[in-house]
Amino acid sequence: MITLNHYLVLSALLFTIGTAGVFLRRNVITVLLSIEIMLNAVNLTFVAAGRQFASVDGQIIVFFVMTVAAAEAAVGLALIIALFRHRESLNPGAYASLKW
Amino acid sequence: MIALIPLFPFVGFLVNAFFGKRLRKSLSGGLACAAMIAAFAASVAAVWSMLARPGEVRAVEQVVYTWIASGELDIPFALRVDPLAAVMILVVTGIGSLIHIYSTAYMHEETDSEYARYFSYLNLFAAFMLVLVLGTTFPVLFVGWEGVGLCSYLLIGFWYRKQSAIDAGKKAFVVNRIGDFAFLLGMLLLWTVFGTLDFQQIAAQVAPMPPEAGFGVLSVATLLLFIGATGKSAQIPLYTWLPDAMEGPTPVSALIHAATMVTAGVYMIGRNAELFSHTPETLLIVAAIGAVTALMAGTIGLVQNDIKRVLAYSTVSQLGYMFLAMGMGAYAAGIFHLYTHAFFKALLFLGSGAVIHALAGEQDIRHMGGLKKGLPVTYWTFLIGAVAIAGVPPLAGFFSKDEILFRTFAAGHWIFWSIGIVTSLLTAAYMFRLVFLTFHGERRGPAGGHGAGTHAHLHDAPPAMAAVLVTLAVGSVLAGFVGVPAALGGSNRIEHFLAPSFSAHGAVDDHGAAASADAARAEGFGGEAGAIEAAEHGGADDHAALERTLMLVSTVIALLGIGLAYFFYMRRPQAAEAVAARAGPLHRVLLHKYYVDEAYDAAVVQPIRRLSERVLWRQVDAGLIDGAVNGTGDFVGAGSAVLRRLQTGSVRAYAASIFLGVVLIIGYYLWRIVQVAAQRGV
Amino acid sequence: MLFYVFAAATVGASLLVIGQRNPVYSVMLLIASFGGLAGLYVLLDAPFAAVTQIIIYAGAIMVLFLFVVMLLNVAKEDAEEHERSHPLNAPGARRLGAALAVAFLVEMGWAVWHVSTRQSGALSAVPAGDVSSVRQIGRVLFTDYALPFEVTSILILVALLGAIVLARPKPR
Repeated sequence: MITLNHYLVLSALLFTIGTAGVFLRRNVITVLLSIEIMLNAVNLTFVAAGRQFASVDGQIIVFFVMTVAAAEAAVGLALIIALFRHRESLNPGAYASLKW
Repeated sequence: MIALIPLFPFVGFLVNAFFGKRLRKSLSGGLACAAMIAAFAASVAAVWSMLARPGEVRAVEQVVYTWIASGELDIPFALRVDPLAAVMILVVTGIGSLIHIYSTAYMHEETDSEYARYFSYLNLFAAFMLVLVLGTTFPVLFVGWEGVGLCSYLLIGFWYRKQSAIDAGKKAFVVNRIGDFAFLLGMLLLWTVFGTLDFQQIAAQVAPMPPEAGFGVLSVATLLLFIGATGKSAQIPLYTWLPDAMEGPTPVSALIHAATMVTAGVYMIGRNAELFSHTPETLLIVAAIGAVTALMAGTIGLVQNDIKRVLAYSTVSQLGYMFLAMGMGAYAAGIFHLYTHAFFKALLFLGSGAVIHALAGEQDIRHMGGLKKGLPVTYWTFLIGAVAIAGVPPLAGFFSKDEILFRTFAAGHWIFWSIGIVTSLLTAAYMFRLVFLTFHGERRGPAGGHGAGTHAHLHDAPPAMAAVLVTLAVGSVLAGFVGVPAALGGSNRIEHFLAPSFSAHGAVDDHGAAASADAARAEGFGGEAGAIEAAEHGGADDHAALERTLMLVSTVIALLGIGLAYFFYMRRPQAAEAVAARAGPLHRVLLHKYYVDEAYDAAVVQPIRRLSERVLWRQVDAGLIDGAVNGTGDFVGAGSAVLRRLQTGSVRAYAASIFLGVVLIIGYYLWRIVQVAAQRGV
Repeated sequence: MLFYVFAAATVGASLLVIGQRNPVYSVMLLIASFGGLAGLYVLLDAPFAAVTQIIIYAGAIMVLFLFVVMLLNVAKEDAEEHERSHPLNAPGARRLGAALAVAFLVEMGWAVWHVSTRQSGALSAVPAGDVSSVRQIGRVLFTDYALPFEVTSILILVALLGAIVLARPKPR
């Protein structure tokens, strides 16, 4: 039988994968994609918990998370385009001039 | 209304201070003089109403407002006119008015704003001096005390562009301050002993007590007060500021440093006569210092070459006489001398001012001479002042000085009396040396001795100045007659007039206590009433004869002094130089005022300066305080230099730090869960 | 059973997402991952969530990513030029990173274990009731959560404007 635990484990796994992607990839677009993975992992947790406690709130939250993720993706990509015009590079390490 | 007396000059100060530079000179000067004359009128009115009250408690009082009311400390700002205050306010406002009038002419060459500034300071001084003498409590007196010190500083340094004037003003203020510190300590000590700072109340508490044997609390307190008086009244050891104070305009020297401010110390002792009478040790010190100062200043004055310096040392010397009188318990005699001295010393200063004015700033008597013909009014009034101060009867100085000497002798202090007599000789000598060198003989021009050419420019004092000089001369002649002693057939009115001020009166009219106090004092520790009685009732004839003999002695001495001056400076001028040459070292010592200033400088000023510079400035201020402040800044800087390395600019590093935070927070929550679970025993 | 299928698909696709060099492939694989997730949502009796996932995430957001990837036209990842001196590659940072990773995994593991000691009922055993219907969601959304709903619309508007302003070519 599939318990809540299974979904939680799966979610944790996805979250970890996403985190690893954020730190290890050298392409900002891929970093953004990893962030999307993390958000989805959280969505999964919410839906599973909502199912567990027989509440519709889980899906409501998912709805909002998705909306915010969409907005964030849009703005993030716009930023990347604007940055790309300056440095011609998608490597996050290239944008390190705001330092001491 | 007693409050009007200091109020008029204070209002004058305000007007001149705020609007002075916009007023014409005639207006600002006239306003200041009007304020003083109004104050004089108010003083006369107050004295008149006081005289209407008979008997022992002869005073009018007015509480202006409640100044300090804090727990046990209740000090109203109250003014009181009793006989002593009456004499003082009449002197201050009367002679003050004359000097204001004189100043309108003397200071005429200043610009409008400077002129107004001068008069605003002068009025302010008068206001403070009046508060000083009218106050009923120590704090009110102290307000006036400090205030006149401030005005003295302002006026000495009036020509502030001159470095020497600024230095003199500072010196006056600082030396005064030392005295003021002692005064304050004495005041506080009195508070702890008596629980009150009201003069009448202190006197009432002290009166039934026996005089202090040895040097106890009261003696310490009065000694401290006296030290304050030495600062204000230029006695040893705090007199060094007064000669330097001659940097100020001459009318200032006349008013502040001759007639009024410097007499504040004498007044203070007179005001606390009952208290001082109970501390014979301190009184002895007062007399001793007064006598020694008088002698010392006399010797210095003999060789000085600046006309105002001679007069300054003369003032110090005469103040010494006043303190000698106070020390002998002859309070009325001291105040009497204060009163006559105000007349002739102001006259002498203003006369010297006329000379300086006529010679366009020349103050060295070695460059003067032969002015008698060119400045007749100045000469004759100056001469009258000199005769008065020398103590030749029947001018004012004779009566007051002689009273002091007689009382000193009668109290058995022959050493002090001798010192007083010698000083009398010196006084006559240096005074007439001044007269002869300044007015007689041939004109010795500025260095090089050109002589005749400068005669043409001499003009005598303008009307305002001349009128004042004549008035003061008349006063110098007549003022003494209020104190003609019984020995000469007079009734010594001033002594009787002032007597009630010097003994205590209880708040409730208890004549019993006052009478027994009087009787106790009459048994003889040189108290006021006792001396009067001794002089006038007990063995009257013997005493009268003694007094007449002593008067003769002092007159002879005075004439001898004049004669000596005549010999040395008129007959045989070379003799003076010969003596000076033979007594070379002595002459130098006197010329340099016994090197006291140099001694103070070496002993006090330079060490403090070195301490301030090396320790307080370098180490404490720059090192410690700046170090702490800068150190804080440096510390923050260093800290931030370390911390800012976090700003690597690398986005991934920032993400890593966020991740670190996440791990920690999750860890914390998990930890909490464990705790809760453990609590629940799961 | 289906759970494991979908789960495996999702995890596998995600791993590949972060492993690909070419960002186009990453995007495609992520779409596949979302598909797996949608399936999981269906299993969880959340059809609305599933459909929304496909439409919005896979359909809109990923397409947007694709546009940008093609616009920027960077085929491969950058060379090592920035990597050598990168502060995160310093030995201290590497050790810290490793430690953090371990700590994180431990925490995750422990949390999951802790939950497992409590919950034991099968998910499917819980009556689904009316919770998953679109009608129910709609009703709650427009009554209890009306305000967040409106605010979200403003958020989208702001994001829209922001994206336009940021990506606009600089006027010459």
